[in-house]
Amino acid sequence: MDGVVVCWIGEHEAPRGLVEHVVGHVRGALGQRLRIGFEPERPAEARDARRGQYDTGVILKWLEARHAGAAKVLGITDVDLFIPVLTFVFGEAQLSGRAAVVSTARLHALDPAALPRRLGKESLHELGHAFGLVHCGRPGCVMTRSPGVAEIDAKGDVFCPDCRLLYEEARRHAR
Amino acid sequence: MSRKSTRILVVDDEEIVRESLSSWLRKDGYTVAAAADGPTALAMLAAEEPWAVVLVDLKMTPMDGLQVLEEAHKVRPDAAAVIMTAYATVDTAVRAMKLGAYDYLMKPFDPEELSIMVEKIVAQQSLRRENLILRKVLKRGYTFRDLVSKSPAMQAVFELAKAAAKSGSTVLVLGESGTGKDLLARAIHAESDRCTRPFLAVSCAALTETLLESELFGHERGAFTGATERHPGKFEAASGGTLFLDEIGDIGPKLQIDLLRVLEERKVTRVGGTTPIAVDVRVVAATNRQLPKLIEQGTFRQDLFYRLNVIPLTLPPLRERKEDIPLLVGHLLETLSVETGKPVEGVSEETMAHLLAHDWPGNVRELRNVLERAVVLARGSVLRPEHLGPLGEGRPGTAKPLSLEEVERRHIAEILRQSGGNVSQAARVLDIDRATLYTKIRKYDLRREDDLQPAHGR
Repeated sequence: MDGVVVCWIGEHEAPRGLVEHVVGHVRGALGQRLRIGFEPERPAEARDARRGQYDTGVILKWLEARHAGAAKVLGITDVDLFIPVLTFVFGEAQLSGRAAVVSTARLHALDPAALPRRLGKESLHELGHAFGLVHCGRPGCVMTRSPGVAEIDAKGDVFCPDCRLLYEEARRHAR
Repeated sequence: MSRKSTRILVVDDEEIVRESLSSWLRKDGYTVAAAADGPTALAMLAAEEPWAVVLVDLKMTPMDGLQVLEEAHKVRPDAAAVIMTAYATVDTAVRAMKLGAYDYLMKPFDPEELSIMVEKIVAQQSLRRENLILRKVLKRGYTFRDLVSKSPAMQAVFELAKAAAKSGSTVLVLGESGTGKDLLARAIHAESDRCTRPFLAVSCAALTETLLESELFGHERGAFTGATERHPGKFEAASGGTLFLDEIGDIGPKLQIDLLRVLEERKVTRVGGTTPIAVDVRVVAATNRQLPKLIEQGTFRQDLFYRLNVIPLTLPPLRERKEDIPLLVGHLLETLSVETGKPVEGVSEETMAHLLAHDWPGNVRELRNVLERAVVLARGSVLRPEHLGPLGEGRPGTAKPLSLEEVERRHIAEILRQSGGNVSQAARVLDIDRATLYTKIRKYDLRREDDLQPAHGR
């Protein structure tokens, strides 16, 4: 298996250094090697013309199929994401599954310079779900639910000790 | 209630909605199930329990959301129902609310709106549950005032217990079964500065050593087979409050060491865990066993005994404070009258004489049980001896042993009572002939109607 793959999905190139920043942050937090991938096209069928957004469910299945050799795959994209009943999501993951996706579309809000750090947190958060972690109630933990950028900014960059233990357990089981 | 034990049902005919909504809520830690239509949802609601929230789509066939809501309310009135729709009109909203819906969500909804709403529902339900428990607690009476006694021995215990309550010291409550050790522990908690924090009780004899260990100290996910999620133990759950360890004399040697360590270090380590967690818990332990004897036999650690025996309180058995019986009877009847909804004024003099004559090996608990039975059986408002049932069947080995004649006398009296004084019928049950039974009735002077009831203390 290829371990954890992080790939940029998009017609345009990723902002300079952004994917590298995420990879560096996630690698540090997960304590495992990451591989960088690239998807030059988005799955067209994920686009909902009426909403002008991309359906995360479709993207996750697509990522899973295209990276069959990866233990986990995280897609980073610049388009706005949704799940059918919700207005938008910053990201989405298969709980205890293989695929996760995050979007930069709403992470520029209020403070564009905060994008890399916010994206790092949300990437780790979604990968955490893929490792079976659910939302955490401990203030500061990266697995706390963040409905807005203010909450993303307020929380820490890494797992709390409890989530860390759960992640390590999940990783051990995966071996 | 943990999020994991909060169950949410999603009812929607669109698979994509069921899947995405379930997945979203699962990430909040809830347990989620989904149904594709009303009839399936109603069957699920009726079959399993409990459900905290039901999210129902408005437009469905064969039953629409409002019909499902109406039926769901009948099956699970406690579950909060939320209607979801893409086509909201004021009319349907009003109808939904009239049918008892908790709220109304317009699809697509804001992620925050959904999570906050569910959180609010769960918080309200927890409060309601807490309220119910508190009422029960209040009804059971946990203060010293409710430990009814005028005996000097008990008054001395109360004085000491009140002083102990104000300190944070470990208390060891000693006494026979049924003397009210748990009530005393609760009263100590209620009188202490910790009264607003939890009081948790664990019966150490009720669980195997492994289960007890996990119950007290908690476990990490995967600590053992079946440990599917992390579980904080009672020491953590009672944080800031009081932990009552009943039947402490029954714990095994390994747990004795672990408990000693916790009491010394004020830290617990969950089973399968490595990080010690600081705990602030006052321990009240209790036992009906003779700990010094257990130490002598080598089954109880002396150092643990010293750790627990900081403030020992010994509750005297009821037979040593019989002056309390009338007071206790009055108090218990008042409580039982409320609990059973039957107005009971008191007991007849004769009944009281029976109650005072008995040795009460099962102590106050036995007295309560006898009175409860009497309240249930009594037709009028005064309890008569015949309502008491056979006394003297408490804990074996602790009552004064009965002579063979006394056992026979009581047994015959009981059978005669059961047969309504019909000697032929009683003789058949006893498998003796009528003549023999008449001889015994004469011998034991059982002819008077009163004596057809089991007599005591003669």
